Amino acid sequence: MSILRSTWTITKRELAAYFASPVAYVFTCFFLLLSASFTFLLGGFFPRNEASLAAFFLWHPWLYMFLVPAVGMRLWSEERRLGTLELLLTMPINTSHAVLGKFLAGWLFLGFALVLTFPMVITVAALGDPDGGVIACGYIGSFLMSGAFLAISSMTSSMTRNQVISFILSVVICFLLILAGWSPVTSVLVKLYESVWFLRLLVAALVVFLSAVVLAVLRVTSVLAGSRRVSLAWWGCTAVLTLVGLFWDRIGFLGKGAIRGGVELLAASLVDFAVKVSVMGHFDAMQRGVVDLRDLLYFLTVMVFALFTTGVMLKTRRA
Amino acid sequence: MEAYGEAMIEAQHISKWFGPTLAVDDVSLKVERGEVQGFLGPNGAGKSTTMRMITGFLPLSAGSVTIGGHDIEEDPIAAKSLVGYLPENAPAYPEMSVEGFLRFAAEIRGLRGRQVTEAVERAIRTCFLERVRYQSIDTLSKGYLHRSCFAQAILHDPPVLVMDEPTDGLDPNQKHEVRELIKEMGKTKAIIVSTHILEEVEAICTGVVIIDRGRLVFRGTPAELKARSALAGAVSCRVFGPSAEELMASLRGVSGGGAPEVLASSNGGVAVRVPPAAEGGDGLARRVCRLFVEKGWEFDELHTEGGRLDEVFRAVTLPDTVQENGA
Ligand SMILES: Nc1ncnc2c1ncn2[C@@H]1O[C@H](COP(=O)(O)OP(=O)(O)OP(=O)(O)O)[C@@H](O)[C@H]1O
Ligand SMILES: [Mg+2]
Repeated sequence: MSILRSTWTITKRELAAYFASPVAYVFTCFFLLLSASFTFLLGGFFPRNEASLAAFFLWHPWLYMFLVPAVGMRLWSEERRLGTLELLLTMPINTSHAVLGKFLAGWLFLGFALVLTFPMVITVAALGDPDGGVIACGYIGSFLMSGAFLAISSMTSSMTRNQVISFILSVVICFLLILAGWSPVTSVLVKLYESVWFLRLLVAALVVFLSAVVLAVLRVTSVLAGSRRVSLAWWGCTAVLTLVGLFWDRIGFLGKGAIRGGVELLAASLVDFAVKVSVMGHFDAMQRGVVDLRDLLYFLTVMVFALFTTGVMLKTRRA
Repeated sequence: MEAYGEAMIEAQHISKWFGPTLAVDDVSLKVERGEVQGFLGPNGAGKSTTMRMITGFLPLSAGSVTIGGHDIEEDPIAAKSLVGYLPENAPAYPEMSVEGFLRFAAEIRGLRGRQVTEAVERAIRTCFLERVRYQSIDTLSKGYLHRSCFAQAILHDPPVLVMDEPTDGLDPNQKHEVRELIKEMGKTKAIIVSTHILEEVEAICTGVVIIDRGRLVFRGTPAELKARSALAGAVSCRVFGPSAEELMASLRGVSGGGAPEVLASSNGGVAVRVPPAAEGGDGLARRVCRLFVEKGWEFDELHTEGGRLDEVFRAVTLPDTVQENGA
């Protein structure tokens, strides 16, 4: 069976399931009410006195952060809990079709809720003379962002049969993705990386991270196949090295010259990276009407990555 | 159309580890067209786990499974399209109607347009779901839920059926219907059925496999399984007239019989059982009967025991109690 057919069959079923449950209506009402009241009460729609939907889109990352995981949490957790996962995955379809089909259903649903905000467009159009292109671009950006968040929810939902855990996990991930590029946070980050404690923690974290990676690789290549004593000794060494890392700048040769420069560069690029992986920058550009291929690619990358992980989770953690 | 007698389901040395525990340990199975393989074992023996591996839900820890010649891990779509699967506890989407659920199953199986309607109608008829076709699944009674999921499994007329406790939760009439249906389908399909009901094995299966704590402990026909019973071939009857001692003494003299045993004595009758001797047990009933006639004793309920499945089952699988005491 072609990928389109099987995917669409699953999408149809899933969409029907959304509209059969009260979650759909609750979500739509919440989304419309919150987005309207935030726009007019908190977003300063009227004081801005401009014919744009900036006050409206401003709140979308924050709304989506809670609402999208609420839509996505059931995607796979529910299948696991009901045991229908067993039915679905023993059907003659690719796991990727199922992942895609379910994701599309959720995304179409989110798109439906977004389309229902059209009175906003009418309002600005009635009050002034807005730029249609900018508004369309904002809507596309918002839709893409909801897709990225939904893919993340799909990923967390594939990991557990508990919807609540799935919800909390994906809210946390979405929150981090927002925070990393939210201007108050980035300005703090930039200040932070000038402080010596930030550099110290960074080095310590790096030590722990590298140690864990090396241990994992050794486990996989079964050099240290699951021996408890070896891994205890390993973590002991890591703890000592972490302490050394915490005070690296006090240790003569480490705290100077090239090494110091390297650590500072690392800190700077980390902050830079955090800003780049955040949805904020990308969404902000789109809602201001700036069309950049990189922003589109960013959202697509997040979706592909999260959906791919969903597939891997479903293949490896079936029980 | 594949020839009959070809192995449709072939599991070779499959094992499953759940973390450190071995749930299925080197089990091999082969089911051909025209066979209904009964799958028995105590709770937690690994029946469902084996079926999940055969249907491609759980990845194998070791071994291989082929369905109609297609490897379930190498070529899952071709293999899965030959299988109808009824999982344990009959999972189904609660918000759908029975008909909607079946339509979904048909579509995802690749049926289109008219085919879908025809397949769904056929399944509804065969599984007697007419009464609940528009009812939503979460309001169904357990038996109807089970039947809906059963309908989903046979919908596309697959050559291979894997059913995990298909008669669980059905009323006696439905149990009978489902058994007849499986027997009928078993003529042309390769079927694996797990069950805890031993009579069911006798009624529908052409072969039996018993697993215990993940290991295969018996493979054969239901008749062979029964023949393993110590009771198989024993002659029981109720005799009126002689005292128990007198009866015992005469029965001991019957050739081909083992040590007779008094089961009960009531209303002037003595119920006895004569087990067959290790050799020459054939025709035991006839000789016992002749003895009674010679002696002029009245008797009734004279019959040869076919062997008791539950007894064999207990003998080949170690009951939990023994396991725990032994541990
Ligand atoms: N996902 C899992 N994780 C860990 N252990 C599991 C998992 N699934 C099954 N097991 C274990 O594997 C063993 C076999 O379970 P299985 O469900 O196959 O038994 P069964 O023969 O179907 O039993 P029943 O007659 O009760 O249905 C059990 O000990 C069970 O606890
Ligand atoms: Mg079971």
